[in-house]
Amino acid sequence: MPKPPRARFATVMLLLLLALIPPLAVLTENPFLVTMFSRALIFALAAVALDLVMGYGRMVSFGHAAFFALGAYTVGILSTHAMQDLPLAFGWTGSNEALLAWPLAMLISGLYALLVGLISLRTSGVYFIMITLAFAQLIYFIVISLSQYGGQDGLALWGRNTLAGVALEDPISFYYACFGLLLAVLYLLRRLVGSRFGRVIEASRQNDVRLRALGIDPFRYRLTAFVISGALTGLAGALLANNSEFVDPTLASWMQSGNFLVIVLLGGIGSLIGPVYGALALLLMEELLIALTEHWQIILGPLLILVALFFRGGIYGALRRSSG
Amino acid sequence: MQLFLEQVLNGLQFGMTLLLMASGLTLVFGIMSLINLAHGSLFMVGAYVGATIVARSDSFLLGALGGMAAAAVAGMLIELLVMRRLYRHDHLDQVLATFGLILFFNELVRLVWGRQPLGMDLPAWLAGSVEILAGVPYPQFRLAVIAVGLLVIGLLYLLIMRTRLGMRIRAGAADRETIGALGINIRLLYTIVFSLGACLAGLAGVMAAPFLAVESGMGENILILTFVVIVIGGIGSIKGAVVSALLIGVADTLGRAYLPVLARLWLDPASASNLGAALASMLIYLLMAIVLAVRPQGLFGSYHA
Repeated sequence: MPKPPRARFATVMLLLLLALIPPLAVLTENPFLVTMFSRALIFALAAVALDLVMGYGRMVSFGHAAFFALGAYTVGILSTHAMQDLPLAFGWTGSNEALLAWPLAMLISGLYALLVGLISLRTSGVYFIMITLAFAQLIYFIVISLSQYGGQDGLALWGRNTLAGVALEDPISFYYACFGLLLAVLYLLRRLVGSRFGRVIEASRQNDVRLRALGIDPFRYRLTAFVISGALTGLAGALLANNSEFVDPTLASWMQSGNFLVIVLLGGIGSLIGPVYGALALLLMEELLIALTEHWQIILGPLLILVALFFRGGIYGALRRSSG
Repeated sequence: MQLFLEQVLNGLQFGMTLLLMASGLTLVFGIMSLINLAHGSLFMVGAYVGATIVARSDSFLLGALGGMAAAAVAGMLIELLVMRRLYRHDHLDQVLATFGLILFFNELVRLVWGRQPLGMDLPAWLAGSVEILAGVPYPQFRLAVIAVGLLVIGLLYLLIMRTRLGMRIRAGAADRETIGALGINIRLLYTIVFSLGACLAGLAGVMAAPFLAVESGMGENILILTFVVIVIGGIGSIKGAVVSALLIGVADTLGRAYLPVLARLWLDPASASNLGAALASMLIYLLMAIVLAVRPQGLFGSYHA
């Protein structure tokens, strides 16, 4: 499916702009922009992962905060043990190495996604929305009960992970680590949705019965997509723990899951790149409104309603239409 | 044993609050196929307006009526301005729009009432307790909540099963195109049902206010529990909502009372109360996962998916 030229042009410019954020921030002497945009990239990564299941397979997960929090807490707990030299399990004292902690974060989130998927993918529609929400609430209450890791108050990290021995304390190196991962995930998922696997996922959204008649069991495909999505959201959580050097139970709250959903819908569902637009747009809107008034949510709320009513397909959808 | 009886009654009382929320939400979903995340905001509006009126007028009845009326009006406005345009949209757009409504209402109450939580005093004539069994006192207000819950559900049953409006509501749930073709004003019917659900949520808010801190965001906790209730009961089924609201109310209350005690049999007191509290919070979600794993459409669910 060839992309219309204007949408493609906009995407190239967007990615170029993102690549140039750190030098621009340094030139304009606004170094805080780097950390702010790292945060946007991380939320974009999680939303791209959600778009894989929501946009292509119509699996509307209202529980992706669970995977996000699991990833973040994996990094937080491993790093705390490493810094204090406390044994975690079997005499192992955790690690501060990203090459170990981040894949482990993906593994744990992926395993939980497998469990959630096995049960919830038997349902669809509203039931699916609610059961994924319930599984996220489980994680929320579990992390609140982890009193040795801060409980309700959260856990401050001693510092960021090191990536293959290189420190990520410098905001600019960390920014490019996030940007590189986001690009890699976008590329791999684009390949995935274009493959036979992706076709099956899309077909299962359109007509499950016909797919079965062709002798393909959609369940395994949908489950695989859900696990990939959960693991990638866990990676985003691991990055966020590094970005803010702090993890707390609100990462698993249902408002967080709602946030991811808003980003996907605002940016444009079912396009993978759309959520990147969505994450940046939401971040910019929040910053602008906060500058305007302390009660900024009273404006953001109705704006989201207007998006739902009149701006279907989101930002990327509008770009695609305008080139149509 | 006395304590157990009290806990069961507390559970029933909590279940009644859930039931008032769930019956409105499940009606709205069953008939309009609409996901309304902002149902908790209507609960909050009811609690705030109710608490304010009670504080000013010292009359609980006025507060309850005011809270219900405020929630019903808010619900009607939401239906006319937002929901009406969303019936033909995807569930996703409904989730986005009602998420926006939550942000709006949470900030609105902060703007009007400030960040400090409100409290609500019990009315004097309901503040005492009565002996339900010889030597077992129980708070009157909690009994009153159970009674009002039973009464309202009874009336709702009569409304839906025995009146012309109820017949239209049931017909709308079964087949909205046919009922439209028969000359029923569907738009008006939807507005009525939505406001009715909002009114019940407002009543739930007023009756729960003495037990809770009335604060911004208070609707979300109860909203999620309400979703659990209607999903376990089967979406769109009032009968399912009744059974599962009482089940969840009692299970949650008993879990909070007894799981920490049970955990103490195996663990030291500090980690026992910690683990027990966590398990108690998770209990109903586990219950929901088990029910859905066995019956994906819920206990009484039928045609809606």
